Amino acid sequence: MTIDTSIVEEGEELARPSQAPETGVVSSAPRRSSREPRKFLFLRNSKAIAGMVILAFFFLIAIIGPWIAPYDPSARSDDILQPPSWEHWFGTTHLGQDVFSQILVGTRGVIVVGFVAGIVATTIGVIIGVTAGYVGGLGDETLSVIANVFLVIPQLPLIILIAGQLPTVGGVTVALVIAITGWAWGARVLRAQTLSLRRRDFVEAARASGERTWRIITAEILPNLTAIIAAGFVGTVAFAVLSLITLSFIGIGNTGEWNWGTVLYQAQSQLALQRGAWWWFVPAGLCIALLGMSLTLINFGIDEFVNPRLRSTGLNAKSLRKRGIRPRIGFTPVVYEAKEDRA
Amino acid sequence: MRFFLRRFMFYVITFWAAVTINFLIPRLLPGDPVSALIAKNQGRISPDATEALRALFGLDQDVSLWQQYLDYWGLILHGELGISFTYFPTPVTEVIQQALPWTIGLVGIATIISFTIGTLIGTGIGWRRGTWADSLLPISTFFSSVPYFWLALIAISLFSVTLGWFPASGSYDRSLIPTWSWEFVGSVIYYGFLPAMTIVISSIAGWILGMRNMMVTVSSEDYVTVAQAKGLSERAVMFGYAARNAVLPQVSSFALSLGFIVGGTLVMEIVFSYQGIGYFLFTAVAAKDYPLMQGIFLVITLAVLFANIVADFVYGVLDPRTRQEG
Repeated sequence: MTIDTSIVEEGEELARPSQAPETGVVSSAPRRSSREPRKFLFLRNSKAIAGMVILAFFFLIAIIGPWIAPYDPSARSDDILQPPSWEHWFGTTHLGQDVFSQILVGTRGVIVVGFVAGIVATTIGVIIGVTAGYVGGLGDETLSVIANVFLVIPQLPLIILIAGQLPTVGGVTVALVIAITGWAWGARVLRAQTLSLRRRDFVEAARASGERTWRIITAEILPNLTAIIAAGFVGTVAFAVLSLITLSFIGIGNTGEWNWGTVLYQAQSQLALQRGAWWWFVPAGLCIALLGMSLTLINFGIDEFVNPRLRSTGLNAKSLRKRGIRPRIGFTPVVYEAKEDRA
Repeated sequence: MRFFLRRFMFYVITFWAAVTINFLIPRLLPGDPVSALIAKNQGRISPDATEALRALFGLDQDVSLWQQYLDYWGLILHGELGISFTYFPTPVTEVIQQALPWTIGLVGIATIISFTIGTLIGTGIGWRRGTWADSLLPISTFFSSVPYFWLALIAISLFSVTLGWFPASGSYDRSLIPTWSWEFVGSVIYYGFLPAMTIVISSIAGWILGMRNMMVTVSSEDYVTVAQAKGLSERAVMFGYAARNAVLPQVSSFALSLGFIVGGTLVMEIVFSYQGIGYFLFTAVAAKDYPLMQGIFLVITLAVLFANIVADFVYGVLDPRTRQEG
């Protein structure tokens, strides 16, 4: 991992642009990136980029997956329970179905449910959280109690309870059930942040100049919540993906609809473990992990963007020692500063 | 006292909400699966039990919704959850009674171990930020992104099927009679080791990460600098000043994320065929045993609420501000 340059130049650049070091000790990375417009600061975070790239990959598969799948995922063949080979990259199932095709086709279901649930849950969360934070008083108390109740009630059993009693469960239904049960976390965080924004000077100024409440919320408060909303959205998508896969794994939902959870469900129910058919359940799990990791990385990026103290993770041990910085508590290592001191 | 009173009120509201949700779900959702089940078991269910089921699932159309609600509360407060269809004619409460100790034992112990170790590791990493310890983060991220049950599958295929070190399913050696003998307890620990390990590994990352981030934030506070300037030992500053304050959000997030963890571990029980609540929930779902499903949801919610109360109490002990009068 390279040095996270975004911390350094942000203040540096404004304060004394002429002194930006030309010595090249750090490598040329900071020079190049410092010429880019500052609004892409977030995208210079290496974690965020890695996460975005993986996510984009899965998006692509979700779109083109069903077309590039070499076989029909449900089609049976005579190659029963074959380990991975050139014909079947991820091997075959007990019915001779191609696991690779199942994964490719199943990506769409996972992504669609994840994002539909994420969008719906975030919308509910924003409406409830911002209203509670802005309105205050009794309305706030009521809304926060509702949010907290939804947080404390175990979500997965609730989702299982609802989805298990529905007569037909399609992908979108599952997404909606997940959204209805999973909005509370975002609402809670947003409420806290809105509370602290509500009394800031610029909001007071807008109020004093007679802006309508609606405009204050959309034009003054919401833009300041963008990072938190984004983080909440990414977190909810990750939660929704996990929930969907868990539901499919225990056999709730439409088993005719392929997703990674259905692959695992079949692997489990057909005793893939006992038969030693590792190729049946390993790829699906790795895909889930990879997708989840990409979302977590994006969230790390957002976290570090919001909280500068966390950014020093990007400085690895070796590069710090080379600069003679002993990481200790009580100070946030700022790389340029330290380097210039030594120079 | 006010803090505890407020929290207590909150738990009463949450309990009410959980019961109400449980009441509304079968009434709001389309379809009427329960009367079909009752019809199928005609003659096998005693009139009393039928009556209770009708009240629990709102099949009495001639009774007003409000009256149904009151009847429902009456049944719940008497601990009446109906009879299970899968384990006919055992009452749901009895099924849950058998399963609950196993879940609490496994999930409870594993979660506490995971929380303790995770918080300690997080303290260390957060304190020594920017050293090799930070490289543990991506690894723990990976494990936290994996669904619990998949990790369980891998653990079984590795340690049970390939290496044969641990049993792949069950909760104790079936040839033994459940007593408090050493042999039986040993067998329970032996069978529970792999599931518990999997829970610890998959949930520890969250604790490490949360604690690390709090440590990083807290350790640049003035009081930490002052403590260091006073010449206190590194250990004293780390645990007595930084960690003590950093652990507070950790405890409150413990309470909040319990529901999530419990959900994940329930599925773990399914994979290991561990005879806890999760396993019964799974069989209930597969057999469309609605009374059992609803009863289990209620019991899980109660357990999580109870754990929350404990976490709140710990929080009150740790943070003197909550005990402040007025």
